[in-house]
Amino acid sequence: MATVVYRVGDDVSTDVIYPGRFMATVLPNETPQFAFADDTAFNGKLQAGQFPAGSVLLAGHNFGCGSSREQAVSCLKGHELVIVARSFARIFLQNAINLGLRVVACPGIEANVGDDLKLSEAGIVNTSTGRVYAVVPLPQSRQAIIDAGGLIAYTRKRLMSLGA
Amino acid sequence: MRMTVAEQILARASGLPSVKAGDVVEPKVDLAMSHENAALVINQFNDIYKGTNLTPKIWDSSRVAVIFDHRVPAESPKTATNQKKVREFVGAQSVSKFHGIRGDVGGICHQVLPENGYVRPGMVIVGTDSHTTSHGALGAFAFGIGATEMASVWALGAAVNIEVPATIKIVVKGRFKKFVGPKDLILHIIGKLTAQGANFKVLEFHGPTIEQMSTSGRLVLCNMSVEAGATAGIVPADAETERYLREEAGVAEPIESVKPDADATYDQVVEINVAKLTPQIASPHTVDNVKPIDQVLGKKVHQIVIGSCTNGRLDDLAIAAKILKDKKVASGTRMLIFPASGKIFRQALTKGYVGTFMQAGAVVMNSGCGPCLGIHEGALGDGETALSTTNRNFKGRMGNPNSEVYLCSPAVAAASAITGVITDPNQHQLGRASANSGERAVRPTHN
Ligand code: SF4
Repeated sequence: MATVVYRVGDDVSTDVIYPGRFMATVLPNETPQFAFADDTAFNGKLQAGQFPAGSVLLAGHNFGCGSSREQAVSCLKGHELVIVARSFARIFLQNAINLGLRVVACPGIEANVGDDLKLSEAGIVNTSTGRVYAVVPLPQSRQAIIDAGGLIAYTRKRLMSLGA
Repeated sequence: MRMTVAEQILARASGLPSVKAGDVVEPKVDLAMSHENAALVINQFNDIYKGTNLTPKIWDSSRVAVIFDHRVPAESPKTATNQKKVREFVGAQSVSKFHGIRGDVGGICHQVLPENGYVRPGMVIVGTDSHTTSHGALGAFAFGIGATEMASVWALGAAVNIEVPATIKIVVKGRFKKFVGPKDLILHIIGKLTAQGANFKVLEFHGPTIEQMSTSGRLVLCNMSVEAGATAGIVPADAETERYLREEAGVAEPIESVKPDADATYDQVVEINVAKLTPQIASPHTVDNVKPIDQVLGKKVHQIVIGSCTNGRLDDLAIAAKILKDKKVASGTRMLIFPASGKIFRQALTKGYVGTFMQAGAVVMNSGCGPCLGIHEGALGDGETALSTTNRNFKGRMGNPNSEVYLCSPAVAAASAITGVITDPNQHQLGRASANSGERAVRPTHN
């Protein structure tokens, strides 16, 4: 079961997810400490390890708009969060798939902090309210990358087949 | 047939006779640009080769550009060490389009690329920066990607599994009023479309107003297309594109132009007449929170910024210099000006703009991203307000989540610097303002 641990609104930018002043930090094992750095309460809980792996960050439309910085994905992946949003900005979605951050686009989702969600390809069930919501499948064009386990593995395979 | 500019470019780059929105393609990349975040790309690139017995090698080092701009000169040992690592890598890989921290060839990536003739109509350009959309101003298909995706491009020379985006056609007519221009137009468009209105789509700009617009203005439109969520912004190449490439970018080779088919399929057509458009302002904290200036007139401003890849070019500095000539920046307001490239900085010196700015009390900074992303210099204090010609006003964008950023054109920024409050350059009697804020007012006030 995936519990909603935090809720944000529409148009949350990568400047908010991973503030620019930490951009010199790039390593995926170092970026998680700066996830939502300017939201001290949420950042504090993340850093304290209060949320089990698979906890849900619930967002509105256009989550991850703005800068292409990949740290905004790696910092969330480090905390093993699942991002359920009404919609995602293009570059963020692409980066999430490339790095293997779990993202679910669910345009009609309604849930509160503390609600338990059952996630599946067929849809999302909010078990706290009993309501069911349709999900938008990830871009089919990226399926091969998802299947390979991310873009690094995908490209490595492609290179090997070129070399052979 | 029936193809938009983006579709034509992607079809050719993918070796297909035609493509349509929704198709999945693998376009060859003509130019792959990174800035300091090349440090992360290098990590991912090396990772791809782990366990393969292959040596990490960029597919074509003449097609990779690396420009230092986000934190120049370095603000910390960490950044300096990242930059050192990138310098060593581009040396080892023989990347020829490398622009480090220099006054001659340095500057912001989205200015350095066009002004050096690296961008040509019909190209597929990717960049590890969301404002890579800028380069559509010269008829290219240019879009932002993440660092891992760039590592994959460095290895394969192609962008893999790309979905052909649908295109929104924007038709612009009418003549701009005085002190109204491309920045006001694109802010107006973003306000209309909203921050996600063009998500996964291309904005293709047409109409008499665009035909008469300089490449500098077109760069503003394409630069900020991403603020409506667009994958790319494109102005089909025309006579002005050729003029720019020949006269300003020193290109000697033949230049092709890619035009949309007459019966191209558009997702949506938006028509705009700019004749009545007034200066537009994006209020905190989203770029689509756009209002005509009369709704925010008089708002006190602590820091004015003119510069960035959006509005740091010579025409931007020219209009600011005209307004600031023999005037003073208001007491209690500071003004930072950062030309978009070393070349523009030198032109502004020759034209006397730099002297005008400094006489007025502005601080002229080295070319680079500077305060635009607030990492490096020009951060805001708690509770302070900035008025800036940059392209984003997200919470914390100028280095402090407890501050606010308003976005505007260079003319509005310059007029507001004189008064210290948001000011319409059309209405304000600038002569009178300078009397209130003369030399006396700029003496140290211990603020
Ligand atoms: S000037 Fe600002 S928007 Fe432009 S590339 Fe630099 S940080 Fe990005």
